[in-house]
Amino acid sequence: MSVVVEGKNIKRDYHVGGGLMRGARTVHAVKGVSFSVEQGKTLAIVGESGCGKSTLARIITLIDPATSGDLLIDGHKVDIAKDGLSKEMRRKVQIVFQNPYGSLNPRQKIGDILGEPLIINTDKPAEERRELAHAMLKKVGLGPEHYNRYPHMFSGGQRQRIAIARALMLNPRLLVLDEPVSALDLSVQAQVLNLLADLQDEFELTYVFISHDLSVVRYIADDVMVMYFGEAVEYGPRDEVFSNPQHSYTKTLFAATPRADVASIKARLAKKAA
Amino acid sequence: MPLLDIKNLTVSFDTSTGPFLAVKGIDLSVEPREVLAIVGESGSGKSVSMLAVMGLLPASATVTADRMSFDGVDLLGLDAAERRKIVGKDISMIFQEPIASLNPCFTVGFQIEEVLRFHMGMDRAQRRARAIELLTLVGIPEPAERLSSYPHQMSGGQCQRVMIAIAIACNPKLLIADEPTTALDVTIQKQILDLLVRLQAEYGMGLIMITHNMGVVAETADRVIVQYKGTKMEEAGVLSLFESPKSNYTRALLSALPDNATGDRLPTVSDMMFEPAPGA
Amino acid sequence: MTDQSAGLPAAATVPTGPRQRALSEFWHYFSMNTGAVIGLVVFTLLVLTAIFAPLIAPHMPDEQFRDSLLTPPMWQEGGKSMFILGTDAVGRDMLSRLIYGARYSLFIGLVVVVFALVSGIILGVLAGYFRGWVDTLIMRVMDIILAFPSLLLALVLVAILGPGLFNAMLAIALVLQPHFARLTRAAVMAEKNREYVVSAKVAGASHLRLMLVTILPNCVAPLIVQATLSFSNAILEAAALGFLGMGAQPPTPEWGTMLATAREFILRAPWVVTFPGLAILITVLAINLIGDGLRDALDPKLKRS
Repeated sequence: MSVVVEGKNIKRDYHVGGGLMRGARTVHAVKGVSFSVEQGKTLAIVGESGCGKSTLARIITLIDPATSGDLLIDGHKVDIAKDGLSKEMRRKVQIVFQNPYGSLNPRQKIGDILGEPLIINTDKPAEERRELAHAMLKKVGLGPEHYNRYPHMFSGGQRQRIAIARALMLNPRLLVLDEPVSALDLSVQAQVLNLLADLQDEFELTYVFISHDLSVVRYIADDVMVMYFGEAVEYGPRDEVFSNPQHSYTKTLFAATPRADVASIKARLAKKAA
Repeated sequence: MPLLDIKNLTVSFDTSTGPFLAVKGIDLSVEPREVLAIVGESGSGKSVSMLAVMGLLPASATVTADRMSFDGVDLLGLDAAERRKIVGKDISMIFQEPIASLNPCFTVGFQIEEVLRFHMGMDRAQRRARAIELLTLVGIPEPAERLSSYPHQMSGGQCQRVMIAIAIACNPKLLIADEPTTALDVTIQKQILDLLVRLQAEYGMGLIMITHNMGVVAETADRVIVQYKGTKMEEAGVLSLFESPKSNYTRALLSALPDNATGDRLPTVSDMMFEPAPGA
Repeated sequence: MTDQSAGLPAAATVPTGPRQRALSEFWHYFSMNTGAVIGLVVFTLLVLTAIFAPLIAPHMPDEQFRDSLLTPPMWQEGGKSMFILGTDAVGRDMLSRLIYGARYSLFIGLVVVVFALVSGIILGVLAGYFRGWVDTLIMRVMDIILAFPSLLLALVLVAILGPGLFNAMLAIALVLQPHFARLTRAAVMAEKNREYVVSAKVAGASHLRLMLVTILPNCVAPLIVQATLSFSNAILEAAALGFLGMGAQPPTPEWGTMLATAREFILRAPWVVTFPGLAILITVLAINLIGDGLRDALDPKLKRS
């Protein structure tokens, strides 16, 4: 299996601009994180708000440059701050955001949303773009009748399907999923997770899955990285991390996750009655 | 006698395409000292029915019920002024977005003391003492200094604690928590849930927990009502709900939890809704 | 609930295309504002008057009737039915001049708004999108323009460029343009960090495409409102410049210029001053009413659900 994405000691600093009275200071959002993901596998990055996981997602998606460290996509070193970004690289990595209400342009029809990546990156004629968009709509469980509609006419789950379809239009190697099911209802969440699993099988996609929800991570991940204040405090295969967490923060996180099994409810009720 | 007793509650909204029924004839009661969870997905009407109790719905909503009584008082017969005396004092509510629920222009202390002045008629010194006491109670460090903080100077978890302090300021008999931890991180969620359950037990309040999260239900509730599209699907004790759910919908919800995944695919609600219950 | 079925009700209620639906929704909100509808009717009549001026006007605007100087309106003593609104000091029919004047006023409003809108949008989008020194440079220049009393600045510009209708329009456009630039910049800054913009960026969109295709269409609502209000402002300022002798030059039947040439007769022949003034008032009022209605209909924050 080939390694699709690899990060070596990636750091990202933000300079918070000083006002008149105080000097600028530096915030270390990501403090030297390393990882690698093989083709067809899923790396889940877990952490709470402000831990740097979304910053890391933007670096992997080649939206923001890293301050230091190496990012390798398909074995090629990418540094967008220095060399810019080739179209070929741009096609390889795509992203799906958390909020399906904000990630689709409200003034574009679904067909235009799906066609846009093709217009920009390829010189396929309109007819072919249309066919590809129809095919992709079908793949994500929508129909040709949705092609000419606007985003506001869809539910949250359907919009997330559209966002996934758009990300797949360029046949990427790597898909970064930034909390893709956090804004969805439980039943819709299950459908979208199933869809992601199906698409991964079909296209041999590699996922970097950002989440704060441990139950989702446990379901979808092959490897798990736990981030805390910009550092990867835990990184390993899923079963190892879940069965034998090493870092105290990971243990706190696991302990805080609500348990919905009958045994823990019984234990709680017994404690309450006592 | 139940603390809150609702029979056949219906809420409809006037929209440009005609009336929309958000709640379709729901019965609901809460005993004193009981934690009731109302669980459902978006559009299930779980928040709307509680907002109807609080009288917080917009003018486009029509609320009808055969009975809606709180602590023996008929809420339907009250005018707005009489209702305000109960709502906010004996029934109070906290919301999903803690930072948005506090007024950014005023200090935390001012916002707590405002409630005390309006409902309890305390003087300045009493109010300040009670505000410090409340902040201590909800676990905010250095409460006296914190009184002069503005909401933007506090984290989301701390703002939710302040909201809880305001909600319990007048020793309410019933506290309604509408998705109180949805906007918070898991570790903070745990702390807030523990705090709510502790305060509920200490003060003998009734607590209604509105949530979409089955984990929160499992961790807090005594009794559970499951709602779907404005209709009650099931009502049961928390243990029997998780052990042997009666309605298809509840079973679908439980099996859609990734925790309970068996095999490669998650069963979805639409897979399960229309199958007969086993043994039915 | 299940996400397959959730879109269906929305689809079922929309037999026509989404554009028609958006339009009918727009009309629904717009028509709830009575003033706006009245404004629209008046404005439509004005436009029709301007277009068909040669058919409607009883005389030519610069045709002089030497035997009936300063004739009062027909309902006053000494009025003639030939001149419904009377004549001015050199015997030209007031009504005809007002009707032809509508052409000038609407033309001024349109040209000024197009100038100001286009330049304001370009500057505002550049400032809001690139921020940094581009933003600082553009916005400080805008601030300087805004710091002058608008009429004074327009006067100075016309004084430099030389009096005349075209130069007056240019000057007014320059004075009104910072409002568009600021509005566009604010809207672009708000939209720029939305996720759909990042998504387009990840799809590989260039800066130009992001600015014009992705962001700008989502910023038009406040600009349309500002454009209507500027339309009436432009007419007012052009009238003011005309009144001061810096705008359209006599004998052009522009309403402001008509006011200026007639001001010495204000006591002797009040109609010569009153009717151009009324024409300006009604036009500006109608357009402002439309602007208010548009604001209600286009601003989602003001929509009653």
